[in-house]
Amino acid sequence: MQHSRPDPFADYRPDPYFCELTTGRPGDGGAAAAVRARIGAIGLEALRARAAAAEHDLINLGITFTVYSDANAIDRILPFDCIPRILTAAEWQVLEAGVKQRVAALNLFLHDIYHARRIVKEGVIPAELVFGNPNYRPEMEEFPVRFGTYVHICGTDIVRDDAGKFLVLEDNARTPSGVSYVVENRHLMSRTFPDLMAGMRLRPVDDYGLRLLSAMVEIAPVGVDDPQVVLLSPGIYNSAYFEHVFLSREMGVPLVEGADLFVEHDKVWMRTTGGSRPVHTIYRRLGDDFLDPTVFRPDSLLGVPGLIGAWRRGNVALANAVGTGVADDKAVYAYMPRLIRFYLDEEPILSNVETHICREPEGLAYTRDHLAELVVKPVGESGGYGITIGPRASSEQLEHARAALLADPANWISQPVVSLSVTPTLTEDGIRPRHVDLRPYAVTGRDTWVLPGGLSRVALRAGSLVVNSSQGGGSKDTWVLADDGPVGGLTGEVRR
Amino acid sequence: MTREQPLLARYAENLFWMARYLERVENMARLVEVTQTFESPGREAESWSALIRINADEAGFAKRGLAPTADAVKRFYLLDHDNPTSIPASLEAARTNARTLRPLISTEMWTQLNVFHRAVMAIPETELQGDRLSRLCGRIKEGVQTHTGITDGTFFRDQGWLFYQLGRLIERADQTTRLVDIRYHLLVPADNGEALRVAELTQWGGVLRAAAGYHAFRRVAPPGFTPSDVVSFLLTDTHFPRSVALCLEQIEWILGKLRSRWGLRGTVASLERVEDLRGGLLGRPVESIIADGLHIFLDHVQQDLILLAGGIGTAFFRDWPPAAEQGQVQTQG
Repeated sequence: MQHSRPDPFADYRPDPYFCELTTGRPGDGGAAAAVRARIGAIGLEALRARAAAAEHDLINLGITFTVYSDANAIDRILPFDCIPRILTAAEWQVLEAGVKQRVAALNLFLHDIYHARRIVKEGVIPAELVFGNPNYRPEMEEFPVRFGTYVHICGTDIVRDDAGKFLVLEDNARTPSGVSYVVENRHLMSRTFPDLMAGMRLRPVDDYGLRLLSAMVEIAPVGVDDPQVVLLSPGIYNSAYFEHVFLSREMGVPLVEGADLFVEHDKVWMRTTGGSRPVHTIYRRLGDDFLDPTVFRPDSLLGVPGLIGAWRRGNVALANAVGTGVADDKAVYAYMPRLIRFYLDEEPILSNVETHICREPEGLAYTRDHLAELVVKPVGESGGYGITIGPRASSEQLEHARAALLADPANWISQPVVSLSVTPTLTEDGIRPRHVDLRPYAVTGRDTWVLPGGLSRVALRAGSLVVNSSQGGGSKDTWVLADDGPVGGLTGEVRR
Repeated sequence: MTREQPLLARYAENLFWMARYLERVENMARLVEVTQTFESPGREAESWSALIRINADEAGFAKRGLAPTADAVKRFYLLDHDNPTSIPASLEAARTNARTLRPLISTEMWTQLNVFHRAVMAIPETELQGDRLSRLCGRIKEGVQTHTGITDGTFFRDQGWLFYQLGRLIERADQTTRLVDIRYHLLVPADNGEALRVAELTQWGGVLRAAAGYHAFRRVAPPGFTPSDVVSFLLTDTHFPRSVALCLEQIEWILGKLRSRWGLRGTVASLERVEDLRGGLLGRPVESIIADGLHIFLDHVQQDLILLAGGIGTAFFRDWPPAAEQGQVQTQG
């Protein structure tokens, strides 16, 4: 017999937002209700104790990212919230199709702008947005990549509005990070909350490394039978180093740094104990600028001199390709629905958030006049930096944003504040709603595969809309239900 | 079907150094413990300054402007993160190497090292006092031994494992010569006859205990053994895990394995150096070594081990053609 204990959800009030757990959705097979009931049975106190133990595990395992402030480097964990986020099979079907569609459009767009430039010639997108973009790489012009795939790994940031509709916030087509947390969160969940997961019909996430490796093998130069794949990392001081370790282990390939590689006769080699060995595919977690000091930043010590030459000769494959940053630019983002129609002759499956482009007079005027209602974002930054959220900003902050906007309008876009959906999150005050987003990961070689689920990032501070790990966000396990069948019974009692 | 993976030269180097630093941590804990054991009332400073000398740390210690008191030396080796020969500094270096090796080493190896590192980085001053010091040393030894056990049970045994072993064996041989040398630096009471003999044997007993060889030595030692029997045991016994001779034997086996099993070129010079080292060690009775000056002999062995490590480094870790400029920023001591 279990004691009746206070329901931890008793004073959970997600209104007016869409709640990822408690807003009723068809086809979840009772999963959400089961999670609620099981958390109730575990009780708040035991939940906290187990959550603390789980975070302790993360520290010991070194599943951390590094934050640099002044001279100090601090290893932090990505805070883990133990209440899972659930996506039904039907919801996932839409998300998966939508992500695939976007990735296809991004690749076609990149191929086009580096070749025929139809999209510019036909006036769908302004030339200066493409060719004036700092991430546009003339080196890529007329250069063929296998299968026309430029964006091999793509992270699509998706939010959900108060009506429960999914909206794409941005595409990450350069070197998106975070996928290691998807897999590690699942492992952590299985270890710490087996009783919460019992009987759940979930899509697995462990095959990400194998899928990634297959794609890397597919894109290797033609004629190489058993390609040597490596992961190129900036090294242990990079904030995402854990993820580089994770991925190289999951793929079973060496994690190399720039100094481990060299180019001779336009081929890439790695230095091994037995001499030099050829390298055929490089999954690089290094920005374009750092790849090759002879072509890009001459002061970069992280890259490999001559790498781009070897690549252009077709002797090595790079994932992602150089020059993809022009496609995930926040200004180009505004044109994505039109790009999808143009290249695929389809309607977008996932909508964009309405976006005003301040380089255009109407966009600037609208943004200037509605600053207090809008989210204003610089087009070139990542990691949530430089964003002003109008309704939350002080008048001083608004004036600051206005000055920055008027000084360089082309650097800014604006969007209405989306009422981001919330998810029940364990806080000091109990279980409270916190805003959440979703970043599914798509892997593309010959074809595109999307890891079921993705990274759900939660803003841990009440009311905050910024979910980035560098800005104090956390993450949670994301469950994609395999079908709409009912949740299996609990085997055994819930452990306290 | 499995495929043999090449080993990055940098990984080999990091494995070699990770193992060396960890072996150094364990041995430093042993040295501190044996010094504590030798500490006799009224003569503490002498015992502890001997520790500075055998580690060739006179300059580093003097730079801090410290008087060689027991307390200062303990702090120098157990708390001073800026002293490159301190236990925290060695462990920090081991962990940094391990961090770059995370794609290769087992998760269990990394996790243990990560947790062990955190504890050693925060040794409280109070742990250096009284009987706590020897317990602290015990915990540090155990930390490394746990690492060794986990490595033995989980680390994949391809050539990376061989480079790991090379690092720890070279370090261990070096440390054993230092442990033997510690006795040389200690002043024996200016007494004579039986009292002197007893005092001497007590001290050698302490050295043997620090090397975890006391009982093994008792089993193989002749009745009425002399100090030269102890020296002989520590340097030349090929069954004692910490003896220089056994380390050399294993190093030779590993170098041979790298050549025969993994097809690595460039082992010849190192193999010849090991042969020379062994010849110098086993070619004549220990009594004659002692008569010619044990300290100088040990110094030579240490120099040769440095050259051996350098030769392995040149052959496998660096100077890969064609990039001679290969900027190695490693954390090695």
